[in-house]
Amino acid sequence: MTLLPSLPITIPLAGAVLCMLFRRNIRAQKGIALFTSFLILLTSLTIFASTKDGTIAVMNVGDWPAPFGITLAIDMLSSVMLLLVGLLAVGVSAYACFDLDEPRMKFGFFPLMLILLMGVNGAFVTGDLFNLYVWFEVLLTASFILLALGGERAQLAGSIKYVTLNLLSSALFLAGIGILYGMAGTLNLADLAHLVKDGARGDLLTMVAIMFMMAFGIKAGMFPLYFWLPASYPTPPAAVTALFSGLLTKVGAYSMIRMFTLVFDSDPEFLHGLILVGAGLTMLSGVLAATAQYEMRKILAVHIVSQIGYILMGLGLFTELALTGSIIYLAHVIIVKTNLFLVAGAVNRLKGTYDLKKLGGLYSERPGLSLLFIISAMSLAGVPPLSGFFAKITLIIAGIQIESWAIVVVALGVSLLTLYSMTKIWAYVFWKPAPEPLPDLDPMPKGQWFVFLLPMVGYTVISIAIGVFAGPVFDYASEAAAQLMNPQAYIDAVLGGV
Amino acid sequence: MTSIILRTSTRYMFPPLIVFSVYLLLRGHHFPGGGFVGGLFAGSAFALYALAYSVSDARKAFRQDPRDITAGGLAIALLSGIPPLFSSHAFLTGTWWEVPLPMGGVLDVGTPLIFDVGVYFVVLGVLLTVVFALGEEE
Repeated sequence: MTLLPSLPITIPLAGAVLCMLFRRNIRAQKGIALFTSFLILLTSLTIFASTKDGTIAVMNVGDWPAPFGITLAIDMLSSVMLLLVGLLAVGVSAYACFDLDEPRMKFGFFPLMLILLMGVNGAFVTGDLFNLYVWFEVLLTASFILLALGGERAQLAGSIKYVTLNLLSSALFLAGIGILYGMAGTLNLADLAHLVKDGARGDLLTMVAIMFMMAFGIKAGMFPLYFWLPASYPTPPAAVTALFSGLLTKVGAYSMIRMFTLVFDSDPEFLHGLILVGAGLTMLSGVLAATAQYEMRKILAVHIVSQIGYILMGLGLFTELALTGSIIYLAHVIIVKTNLFLVAGAVNRLKGTYDLKKLGGLYSERPGLSLLFIISAMSLAGVPPLSGFFAKITLIIAGIQIESWAIVVVALGVSLLTLYSMTKIWAYVFWKPAPEPLPDLDPMPKGQWFVFLLPMVGYTVISIAIGVFAGPVFDYASEAAAQLMNPQAYIDAVLGGV
Repeated sequence: MTSIILRTSTRYMFPPLIVFSVYLLLRGHHFPGGGFVGGLFAGSAFALYALAYSVSDARKAFRQDPRDITAGGLAIALLSGIPPLFSSHAFLTGTWWEVPLPMGGVLDVGTPLIFDVGVYFVVLGVLLTVVFALGEEE
């Protein structure tokens, strides 16, 4: 196929263009956004089917041969990420159609969302370092506007921190690219890996690797560079936060996994050791910060940080099993976290607040919504047999295997504290009686309420399914991890066995 | 700001600036130039107009909403990638057609030119969206 790998980029772009042309017609925009999201999901399913046997789908854009032009290369990790983007796109755009306020839609929420999806997909399919930078810029620019859209005071305050730190990260990223290009004379990832393996080593390479670690670390929300995240994520509407939490930090984590398995794998003792320490501190500081919060969205946002720690833990341990754990964890956390934000948005829609102290008694009023929350929350904490349990246990077994006791202890402790935070939300929002009864702000008819909940039901079912079908999921992830640990197949597929 | 000198010179400068922007666009394939610079040039012509007269006059002169121009430009750039697919080449491969001219000789028209036209409109549209938004007092 000469077209398939480019579709994850071109389909959202086409949708965004159509949405812009129908700027004045919000109904048409909703339809286009939903339809485009389904197309994205369909494309990613097709790609998933064609790469699940381990083939790497490669496309040279514009027929420029591999090290010179821009290469798109989709391996198993990329295709599972694309699949998650597709699932997220459908759910979040359906939720946004229901929940988002008119002015934000008029100002271009849908085209921006599709541009954001294009950027994320682009980052997942590209096999070229500079192209990766370009996709980062695309998705960041879209996210800047989405974050500030609406212009509420808290939003703008959050946006400034977000923009400043992310520009710093882009500058580091670009500087790193420059130095790497000076060293190797190429920016094709496979070609870079090839050259680094052939001997370009030494202190300069380590320095560049650390620049990349910081650049991606800021974007992923890794310790100590995560302060922008709790400041900015809880400010926009639930649909935007759900989209951000599902995708933005994960692109950073994905890029780090890609770079530190394909290119910077020459000095794992130092580099991956550093990532492991960072991962432990990220988990710990995220979860501790969450215990002090009494706002539903803030607790969830700070928890994103600690989840990133788990993903990076697998990269830091740097064994096949550990990377398997990271991949399962990525899939699990994208689904579950998005779902939790959507549920929080639904609570806010009903009661008009996120404040734990004001809320209460939702279990007796809305048992369905409560059920959706508790399943996702328990999954995040790692209660068997839900998706989080298998992700965490894989990581912990991987840690025990190479006798990295400190990180195992941290991971288990953080798991317990996550359970504490989730139970706190459960007890305050759903279980305890409301301090003073809050009126239902939006009493929807039953049918409409069900349609509104549909994306959340879908995500909950997926989260349970990851737990129930843990066997096949594990097999897939371990094959993907094997591909990452032996990058020769990737290099050969891109460079044609040069 | 009203300056008779700026207004008069803008009236004379405006058409050459637009023509020059198109010249830059067409020149771009072999020499310095191209859609990006061309679009910037055309955009600055309208920005100059907005400075000399007013933003609402410039909007009137531009006729279209700049956001529509942005969307149209993106669409053109996207569509320029499609023709090579029919000859089973990869997306965005440069494809050329030779158009015979009535006076003799041939004109080479290719998808890179179409792509560049798209870029021209995107840059023009985005620039004017920003300039008009900043220039308007609320």
